[in-house]
Amino acid sequence: MATLDEIRQVFFVECDEQLETLTDGLGELHPEADAGEVSETINAMFRAVHSIKGGAASFGLDALTSFAHAFESVLDDLRLGHISVSSELVREFYRASDHLADLVTGGGTGAETDEAILNQMISSILAMGIDKSNEPDSSEMSPESFGFQPIMLDFPGVEPSEEAYQIKFSPTRALYDLGHEPVHLFRELASMGDLETEAILPELQENDGLMSWRLRLVTTAAPQELWDVFDFVGELAAISVDVEDANRSDPEPDPDGPPDSTSVDDNSVDKDEKPSTPEVSRKAPPQKTTLRVDLDLVDSLINLVGELVINQSVLAQSVAETQFSEATRIDQALEELKTLSRQIQEGVMNLRAQSVKPLFQRMARIVRETADIAGKNVILTTEGESTEVDRTVVEHLVDPLTHILRNSIDHGIEDAQTRKGRGKPLEGHLRLSAVHRSGRVFIDISDDGGGVNRERVLSKAVEKGLVSPDATLSPADIDRLLFTPGFSTAEAVTNLSGRGVGMDVVNREIQKLGGRISITSEPGAGTTISISLPLTLAVLDGMVVDVAGQTLVIPISAIVETIRPEEAKLSHVGPRSKMVNVRDVLIPIIELSDVFSFGNSNRPPTERVLLLVETENQALTAFAVDRIYDQRQVVIKSLENNYGRVPGIAAATILGDGKIALIVDPDEITSNPANSHDTSSVGVKKKALS
Amino acid sequence: MNDSTDARHEHKRELIIFTVAEQSFCMDIMQVREIRGWTTVTVLPHAPGYVLGVVNLRGAVVPIVDLAARLGLPPLKPEARHVILVTQIADQVVGFFVTAVSDILSVPPSSIQPMPDMSGAETSEYIEGLIVVEDTTISILNAAAAAPAIALSGTA
Repeated sequence: MATLDEIRQVFFVECDEQLETLTDGLGELHPEADAGEVSETINAMFRAVHSIKGGAASFGLDALTSFAHAFESVLDDLRLGHISVSSELVREFYRASDHLADLVTGGGTGAETDEAILNQMISSILAMGIDKSNEPDSSEMSPESFGFQPIMLDFPGVEPSEEAYQIKFSPTRALYDLGHEPVHLFRELASMGDLETEAILPELQENDGLMSWRLRLVTTAAPQELWDVFDFVGELAAISVDVEDANRSDPEPDPDGPPDSTSVDDNSVDKDEKPSTPEVSRKAPPQKTTLRVDLDLVDSLINLVGELVINQSVLAQSVAETQFSEATRIDQALEELKTLSRQIQEGVMNLRAQSVKPLFQRMARIVRETADIAGKNVILTTEGESTEVDRTVVEHLVDPLTHILRNSIDHGIEDAQTRKGRGKPLEGHLRLSAVHRSGRVFIDISDDGGGVNRERVLSKAVEKGLVSPDATLSPADIDRLLFTPGFSTAEAVTNLSGRGVGMDVVNREIQKLGGRISITSEPGAGTTISISLPLTLAVLDGMVVDVAGQTLVIPISAIVETIRPEEAKLSHVGPRSKMVNVRDVLIPIIELSDVFSFGNSNRPPTERVLLLVETENQALTAFAVDRIYDQRQVVIKSLENNYGRVPGIAAATILGDGKIALIVDPDEITSNPANSHDTSSVGVKKKALS
Repeated sequence: MNDSTDARHEHKRELIIFTVAEQSFCMDIMQVREIRGWTTVTVLPHAPGYVLGVVNLRGAVVPIVDLAARLGLPPLKPEARHVILVTQIADQVVGFFVTAVSDILSVPPSSIQPMPDMSGAETSEYIEGLIVVEDTTISILNAAAAAPAIALSGTA
């Protein structure tokens, strides 16, 4: 193994980290920023660029070295206060960091660097610094002029200041009824700084006879983080959080009677696991120690743990079938094994998790570039960058997000003139946010542009034959037309949003990830596109069903509703096609047993179950199955490694009994007209849609 | 790898012998990963008739080929005494469902005879050669040819 290559590899990985630091820093740099506040930021940026330069020089990457050197010298000027932060400077820094990223990528793949562009970039970044020899090849600069000092830096006043908070916490009976426990909250607070607690015994009858607490917390955390701790009990207790005055005047005098002082057990506080508060504030980011591990190793570990979980359930099932005399002890041990293996599985899955931060940073760059091309001034704000998702999901989000953001800038946000006329701020605002909610991750992209031009969308859809001219569609229906295949609203094909590929492609991409996309739009006020995604691609929430004796899994994400139809609601068309009437909408039925040639079901129709699934084209179809067994999370196993694609089947999984069950691909089944078996039903399907 | 073992095995090929519908076949032992008893398979829709389905092999989804059907012989009726030869062919893991495994044989390559040209014989494309042992003819299975081709497109 060529070790130099390996070191090089490490260098490029580190470059990515440095670039991330740099971009982070840029986000904090703005002209109004307090000089003291940003000094650490500037230092961090300087160090980042400096490290890149150092590494690049030792690998003989000349272009990268000389550019990093130029960048660094301007950062040095800024750091030493020779120049000050201006919006022009920040813009130039963004361009420079993008260029630096390009050089890193180019160096990684061995791409040739265009010298003319490089020199131009160098002189334009150098122009931002204080006047010194404007020599492009600044690596030749004499060290005594403005040489960079060794990075021995002292950072006066960068210690985040500590604040003392007085917190009064008086829970109500309801808090206990709902199973909350104040001590957990206190532990969480204690993990943020130094906590003193003082319990106040209630007067008889007062506050329902419940105890209150007075807490004093000395912490660097922002007040908001303190409130976050009480997030779930906000309505169940009287809470006040006050910043302690410098002169320590007690905001609330002691109630009569000596309070019984108690403190949260220190030991338990220390040992307690870290609270699950969202990422710590941006100032003074904690140094995370990381370990670089080969992705293949992680994946094989994930596979093994998946097997462990399956094995555990096989074991549990066989124990349940065999009747042991010592069943309770075995059951107990098995239960523990189950908990443990689930925990290991969760932990291992987390190894693959990645924060969306690099993705968001990439999007920030796309926004900058797109806005430049479109000649619009756009400000992007991001939220929830620390939200973690499976890295495969992150990778697959690049294209859809790029497309959505470009669309927003190109079509959503109006030009400055129009915005002025509408009384909006001249620069457009884009918001990109990620958040975890109920086992999924939600990504929202919203702009404050003109909203969806519904008239144009509708007329276009009619013109393209996507809807009939006399159809009455609700505003939301019209917005959703954007996701219909073959729909693109741009009147002129711009070089931004591309041609032909519209939001329908985005929609399909998201659905491939097991996600859903929706749009809400307010004319004149803006558009929000929401994407909800599973946290991982390795598992899927599925409904385990029986179809003519075979066990299948249907992804829950596709299922809208399950119904057990009454005889009267079922109607036959032709020899084989069937439809079901659901709240006066006729929905075509697809017999899964026919699709997969499993033979006929022997259950009477009224005992069978219909799963209403929504597919790519937003149409509803009913899948007929014999019975629903269960709803559970299944581990996705590829069929393609050893066998190949099976039409209508997305993948396989292994059930608790060790048997394989196939996971259905609803989109493929409904999009294949052959599955309607009778040609007439295709026509029926269309009719049911309009 | 030292020279002495090399010399001893230089010209020998180790073959595992099994029967399929009364006929004897063999394949290179290096291709066989393990031998397993019959377990219920999960039926694959739209699969060719010789693919019985898939089974779970320690977390991997492995297709099972009814070798008798694949060779154009009457399909084997699954019974508990029958076995699955789990083979590794390049990156693909495939199980061959056979009647029984009988022996392991070490033969010099010179004793392997090419398959005589029997045009039209369905079986011949899956046989890479023959050996004659004590008056019995044993066909050497071309496992790679007998395995189902990996279908990448969705069309059946």
